[in-house]
Amino acid sequence: MSAAAAAGAAAPSAAAIAAAVRSGERTAGGVLDASLAAIAAGDGEVHAFLHVASDAARADAEAVDAAVTAGRDPGPLAGVPVALKDNLCTRGVPTTCASKILDGWVPPYDATVVERLRAAGAVVVGKTNMDEFAMGSSTENSAVGPTRHPKDRTRVPGGSSGGSAAAVAAGFVPVGLGSDTGGSVRQPAALCGTVGLKPTYGVVSRYGLVAFASSLDQIGPMTTTVADAALVLEVIAGHDRRDSTSLAEPPPPAGRSLDRGVEGLRIGLCRELVDGTAPDVAARVREAVEALAAAGATVEEVSVPEMRYGLSAYYLIAPAEASSNLARYDGVRYGLRVDAPDVASMNTATRTAGFGPEVKRRIMLGTYALSAGYYDAYYGKAQRVRTLMIEAFARAYATVDVLVGATAPTTAFPLGERVDDPMAMYMSDVCTIPSNLAGHPAISVPFGSGADGLPVGVQVLAPALGEERMFQVAAAVERAAAERRGTAGAGEAGA
Amino acid sequence: MSGEWETVVGLEVHCELRTRTKLFCACPNVFGEEPNTNVCPVCLGLPGSLPVLNEEAVELAMRIGAALHAEVRPSSFYRKNYFYPDMPKDYQISQYDEPINVGGHLDLPDGSRVGIVRAHLEEDTGKTAHLGETGRIHAADYSLVDYNRSGVPLVEIVSEPDIRSAAQARAYAAELRAVLVATGASDGKMEEGSMRVDANVSVRRAGAELGTRCEIKNLNSLRSLARAVEHEAARQVALLEAGGVVVQETRHWDEQAGRTISMRSKEEAFDYRYFPEPDLVPLAPDEAWRQRAAAAVGRLPAERRRGLAGLVGEPTPAQVDQVQAVVDLGLDELVVAAVSAGAPATLALARAANELAADLEAALALDPGSFAALVVLEARGELTATQSKAVLAELVAAGGGDPVSIAAARGFESLSDEFLRDVVGQLIEANPGEWGRFCEGEDKLAGFFTGQVMKATGGKADGKAVAAELRRRRN
Repeated sequence: MSAAAAAGAAAPSAAAIAAAVRSGERTAGGVLDASLAAIAAGDGEVHAFLHVASDAARADAEAVDAAVTAGRDPGPLAGVPVALKDNLCTRGVPTTCASKILDGWVPPYDATVVERLRAAGAVVVGKTNMDEFAMGSSTENSAVGPTRHPKDRTRVPGGSSGGSAAAVAAGFVPVGLGSDTGGSVRQPAALCGTVGLKPTYGVVSRYGLVAFASSLDQIGPMTTTVADAALVLEVIAGHDRRDSTSLAEPPPPAGRSLDRGVEGLRIGLCRELVDGTAPDVAARVREAVEALAAAGATVEEVSVPEMRYGLSAYYLIAPAEASSNLARYDGVRYGLRVDAPDVASMNTATRTAGFGPEVKRRIMLGTYALSAGYYDAYYGKAQRVRTLMIEAFARAYATVDVLVGATAPTTAFPLGERVDDPMAMYMSDVCTIPSNLAGHPAISVPFGSGADGLPVGVQVLAPALGEERMFQVAAAVERAAAERRGTAGAGEAGA
Repeated sequence: MSGEWETVVGLEVHCELRTRTKLFCACPNVFGEEPNTNVCPVCLGLPGSLPVLNEEAVELAMRIGAALHAEVRPSSFYRKNYFYPDMPKDYQISQYDEPINVGGHLDLPDGSRVGIVRAHLEEDTGKTAHLGETGRIHAADYSLVDYNRSGVPLVEIVSEPDIRSAAQARAYAAELRAVLVATGASDGKMEEGSMRVDANVSVRRAGAELGTRCEIKNLNSLRSLARAVEHEAARQVALLEAGGVVVQETRHWDEQAGRTISMRSKEEAFDYRYFPEPDLVPLAPDEAWRQRAAAAVGRLPAERRRGLAGLVGEPTPAQVDQVQAVVDLGLDELVVAAVSAGAPATLALARAANELAADLEAALALDPGSFAALVVLEARGELTATQSKAVLAELVAAGGGDPVSIAAARGFESLSDEFLRDVVGQLIEANPGEWGRFCEGEDKLAGFFTGQVMKATGGKADGKAVAAELRRRRN
């Protein structure tokens, strides 16, 4: 497996691993060994992991193997190695959000998604790198140093869930979990060439996800196949009474529509998600839509003009909520403390030393946006844009079943290219943010590559709780991408 | 400027709700545990934790609203952002422009009415202890924080500035406490911080616009509240009469020094950056739930006072005080039950008002039937007042019992009329001089004979019966 991983070839899917472990053909311990070996061989250069929890993973794997030996079913993710973004709380395993301010913090509890993964037989291998507190689009804002793109070490893997995306793309693990506040699962998935899903807001519990922007955050899987994304979603979705915003109704069935094809479906090529993207990215999106048409879907071009306000609204709402969510890192109870003569100076010294520049920038933006006298003009207005966005999406979905567009405006960009230009970095998420503002599901599926030979992601967007239809189309895009690989061979033509 | 100075007060009362668990987590809502033992990821605000609203707290908040004649409305939670070490998230989850209870009023025993602006739900903070010589934050060597109280549910009740004196402020707080206890929402214990009062005080010439107010904090008893309002109003009047101006600020009541001290002025006030709490959904109790909560409100003190006073008929001023004391103590049901079991109202009221406050918890558990039987015995003269009080203490300690057997066990059985007549007769024979003078009209010698009878009977005789026997023989 490590040889395959090093070559970037497809590692076995989560579904295949679980089937083999459940049937006794492979052991969870053996699968874990292969994963740990691949990490040992490759992660020195990629730096996807902040913490490899070998001992805990070994215990998880032994429990799975013991269940199989005893004739019990360990669950639908039996023996599947999973990497968790380091903003998901893991009992007994450090959780730092790649920030100095949480250096050394070990949570006393597991996030709901971690409990559910383990209950389904998954093996938690470790915690992955990210932009500090999930603020960024390249994983360069990690206080521990950047993650590198597995296929080109001079490039970023995207972000903020860049560690999980790289871990899956490098073949270290078949499943990574990320969090998506403005595209932080889908954008790195697109850049690394994996599948990345953001579910409908409220489908997956946020309990144990260290909050960035609570009304936008949603946990989602990064996988090598669309079917795996559906499989993982079915495991982690569902009401959790510890999260008041988790939906009461049962989660939409994720996987049952994968093989249905798209005949008769109405696909909207979303103009705002194509215009303004790089020519090679735009070309792949159009080819994907053509493939869907060839498979029997009706295709029309759709415009959702309100999307152009998405980035502005997002950069008021997300920093505003973050400024409040990150207040608790004050040096009093856990994490970093920089001593000073009195409490207020200690708070200031701790936060000055503990937060990186991007986090500070957003705390300041958010604090300003919520200030007395400015609330209505900034936070209030941004919330109204959100309502407009939802209404605009509703108009679009009156005529089409799903929207299709690019996930990210470009392929993976060089390390360092955008670190000194926040606006350029923020633009990386322009295609993904609208779904977060509306609370809708969206998925990124790899589809060919750009002029530089690096992956391109095609995004499928659906209305709230429209996961089933979204997966149906995503599977068709995946099939078209596979056919395309079969005919075009390894080398992708440029735009 | 002309006219008398008028004090204007509005009170903000924080009331801890008597729920089983905290407002947003499953930690028990209890007082007095070892520091930092009654905590979990949620009330410690650990990264990744989320609040879940306690239904029982909503129920109690609605009961308070019903008792204050407020309108229960769909509401929402906001974050109030400011840094303080005893607040684990560095924001407090509170209600802002959409509180659960809006409007209402509270009628005081003197007949005045104080308007209620709102009564909203919020979470309590932890407690900071500043260790060092003074116990104040300045000059403290270090501070310790106890998060056991963090997340305890509070209802903050804000009055209109309708209060016009220190005495009325005190009466409002006392009446509100009685109402909170009556609804079952609070235990009303100011000494444990279950009920905390802040006072907004200003002064003006009668009929003028409202003056600039100061908010007084650290009022730990009704007495402190009255003293602080008195002092603060006097301070402001003196300031204004000397040509000064009142600065809007928060002031700390120093109980020992008997004065208020400036804490922070409006310029230093926090910008709380309120915004809707994204981790909670809006709260919209349906009509059925609102009605259930309103129906669960017990009889309110004003109504209970009326009921108790009605038993007495036309109460004397002393009895009015007794009625209020009995209702404040929550002993009115005991009195009502005793009266319906045949006890005379005035005696039952007097005994409840004066004899049962010492061990209130036990008194509240006292069996009304036993209490009634005792009061009847005393009223019939079968027990003296002294004996009755002793038996009552024993009944309270035991939670009830048969007063007749207790009296018998203590040797309190009343003397038969015949025996008493014999004793009186013997004493008259033994003291012919005194008897002669008594017969000639020296009434105070009745006391001499009563004393002698008590001495002879070991205190078991009923003084009234002795007096009656003496009068009978003289005539």
